[in-house]
Amino acid sequence: MTMFTINRQAVNVAAEPDTPLLWVVREHLKLTGTKFGCGIAQCGACTVHVDGEPTRSCQTQLQDVAGKTVTTIEGLSPNASHPLQKAWIAEQVPQCGYCQSGQIMQAAALLKDNPKPTREQIIEHMDGNICRCGTYVRIISAIERAAREA
Amino acid sequence: MTRTLQLSTGTLSRRSFLVTLGGTSVAVAFGSLSDRAFGAIVAPAIEGDFQPNAWVNIAADDKVSIISPASEMGQGIMTTLPLLIAEDMDADWDKVRIVQAPSDAKKYGNPGFYGIQLTGGSESTRGYYELLRLVGAQTRKIILASAAGMLKVPVRELATEPNKVVHRRSGRSLSYGDVARLGKLPDPLPQATKADLKPLAQCRYIGKSSVPRIDVPSKVDGSAIFGIDVQLPNMLYGAVLRAPVQGERPEVIDDAAARAINGITHIVVLPYGVGIIGETVEATKKAKELLKVTWSNSSRIRNYTSDRLLEQYRSIGRDLTKIGVNAFAEGDALAAISKATTVISADYMSDHVYHATMEPMNATALVTGETVEVWAPTQGPTGTQGFAAKVAGTTPDKVKVNTTLLGGGFGRKAEDDFIIDAVSLAKQVKGRPVKVIWSREDDVQHDKYRPLEAQHVQVGLDANGNIVGWRHRIVADSVFARTMPKLFEKEKGHDDVVTEGARFNYAVPAHQIDYIRQDNGRDVGFWFAVGVGYTRFAIECVIDEIATAKNVDPLALRLQLLKDQPRARKVIETVAQMAEWNRKRDGRALGLAYSDAFGSHCAQIAEVSLNRQSGEIRVHTVWCAVDAGIAVQPLNIESMMITGITNGASHALFEQINIVNGEVQESNFDTYRVIRMSEAPDIKVTVIPSSDNPIGGIGQAGLPPTGPAIANAVARLTGGVRLRHYPFLPERVKAALNA
Repeated sequence: MTMFTINRQAVNVAAEPDTPLLWVVREHLKLTGTKFGCGIAQCGACTVHVDGEPTRSCQTQLQDVAGKTVTTIEGLSPNASHPLQKAWIAEQVPQCGYCQSGQIMQAAALLKDNPKPTREQIIEHMDGNICRCGTYVRIISAIERAAREA
Repeated sequence: MTRTLQLSTGTLSRRSFLVTLGGTSVAVAFGSLSDRAFGAIVAPAIEGDFQPNAWVNIAADDKVSIISPASEMGQGIMTTLPLLIAEDMDADWDKVRIVQAPSDAKKYGNPGFYGIQLTGGSESTRGYYELLRLVGAQTRKIILASAAGMLKVPVRELATEPNKVVHRRSGRSLSYGDVARLGKLPDPLPQATKADLKPLAQCRYIGKSSVPRIDVPSKVDGSAIFGIDVQLPNMLYGAVLRAPVQGERPEVIDDAAARAINGITHIVVLPYGVGIIGETVEATKKAKELLKVTWSNSSRIRNYTSDRLLEQYRSIGRDLTKIGVNAFAEGDALAAISKATTVISADYMSDHVYHATMEPMNATALVTGETVEVWAPTQGPTGTQGFAAKVAGTTPDKVKVNTTLLGGGFGRKAEDDFIIDAVSLAKQVKGRPVKVIWSREDDVQHDKYRPLEAQHVQVGLDANGNIVGWRHRIVADSVFARTMPKLFEKEKGHDDVVTEGARFNYAVPAHQIDYIRQDNGRDVGFWFAVGVGYTRFAIECVIDEIATAKNVDPLALRLQLLKDQPRARKVIETVAQMAEWNRKRDGRALGLAYSDAFGSHCAQIAEVSLNRQSGEIRVHTVWCAVDAGIAVQPLNIESMMITGITNGASHALFEQINIVNGEVQESNFDTYRVIRMSEAPDIKVTVIPSSDNPIGGIGQAGLPPTGPAIANAVARLTGGVRLRHYPFLPERVKAALNA
């Protein structure tokens, strides 16, 4: 059994300690907002926060988060009220939407450390997150909007 | 009304659910939809007595449920199609809920696309447009007739406002909910004709940029349910180890280590691989790695090496004695070219490209007795019924398909392989659903790529530089031979999707298109814009080559060749203004391309620079002007252009699958390069305002011009160096520069 905190709830998971956190979150805890994209930390779809740090959950094992605090897209804010979530709607960012949980979690970590990032800083921080619908231009606009309006 | 998406925790209206862990239950509550500042939401249909037709259900609380018949894969169709009904029934969009259609082609098939439920070809809005507007108009007539009975006034004295029937003379009104609660369906039901449709100028929703997409809020808080997210009671997981080369089968299987993994319940021999069923997803993945399989060594695909074949295709394209199948002929192009003063000949080629949907292939199936239920991110519910029935040994009518949201489609999710996986495994454990999730490596290596292809184009010019004949030869394997064999046979070996886009609206006196089919066995499939993605590459680059030969502005040449096409001229003139076509850039150049494919006019200009040492191309900005006729949702058309342009740049610059002796060399995003944010161009789009012109397809219309616009820009930057082979890898660019 591995204990950790997820979205402010303490949980105790019986999966093997080497199980990728991604599958614990999605299939054991049924928090399916975090997505499987590549399994090798190349696309960012599985991004969650571990103790506040953006982390690729596909390359993180359950035992790595014992006693730690995990936040997924479902726990980012009450009622989708995070400035980034509001900006994502205002800019109509998502198309298929599959990568967007990871994009938002990655962006949230940026704004926490750097509330007014430059465009170059945004691009550098977000470059590990692939969007096959090519919504990059709107992701940039939404992060700029959230930084402006937060 | 049939309830769809019957996932107890799986609808988009999920607000809270229980997490059960180690015997303790923890309530986890997340965001509530009711707090969202937008209108329609995706949900199961509300129970209501008032169902004017198979598409609409009105509940006593004034909520309106509208069916969305197509697959939502990012193109916004789940908003666009229900909006057409809402428009003519005068529904209040803020009270509308969207219900994904069940698998029922008779009721919900696309009248413009084989009458089935298949989302593809940029055919959804074009195919459903008139039907759904008529459904809306009929619904309104039924509501009016019911209200007339309730108010005891003639129908002609009634008018509608959103979700409201108004009798102005008496000042009385009824909400649609009132009608649903107390009204009676008129007998017979009134019918609607085109005369009943609102004129475009009176539309509240069609053509307005103020209507946001209904699926967007669920995609920012993790509540949107894709196929991979399906959770069912008692569900098992499945994985499949696939043969490394298409067509091979397992001969010897050592599954001792795999079976020893805790939670593995079944190892299943399949014709194309070995299936694993287990209690957890991680157990099936571990077991898959531990399977030891000796594969057969007899598949003809072992002869398939893409580099070698492409050279062969190129030679065939240039060998004019190889005739092929005529795809189109107008005038005598061959005779005209033989008499021409100047003949411009060029080869254009492209490598295989991979779909790379962010959601890998997956499906969930439940086999019970003779019935099958499938939950899948499928573009083709009707096809899925057939695929599943075949595997389960039943008939398509016994298969119920629940279409989830799709994390990208691009043609890939019209295929059968992921459905076959799920049903093949589920029939081993009847009564328990099985969810199969592909690894990214399998998704890359077992894709149905866009065909490898070579094209040979010849254009004859007379002494004045006028085009006298245009000949276009396309050499590639067939998509339809595998996916639509009857159609392929009926067309006598022509493949309309492989040669798609070769026909154009430029005025040329003689035009001939031939398809020289190759048959090397490797499955190829529908990829974003399919044939248009490469035929327009060749055509638009050749147009620039002609302009160079004539020493005229390629923009002026296009306008001249389109002199009787005002809509085409308008998008080209608009994009030229946007990009300031005549303004010289320091160290950068502009390139132009245009396409009328899918019934939409789209012109793009790319601004590029080039690192001559490394051979790397940088696309800084792409400007785009598009005329899709009736622009149902202008904001969404802009989104589709962004997708087309970004992917257009991605496949032109980076994307390439190499197959050596049947084995795919790339395996994940570390080896298959797709465009990232730091490489993506800035994009400026102008949507020509909605007009009464026929509706155009938009999902794929943005991709074809981007690649040739980049190639044309590079040629203008380098004094005429032509890039003729997708993708424009740095070593290819350097080779072209040094040639």
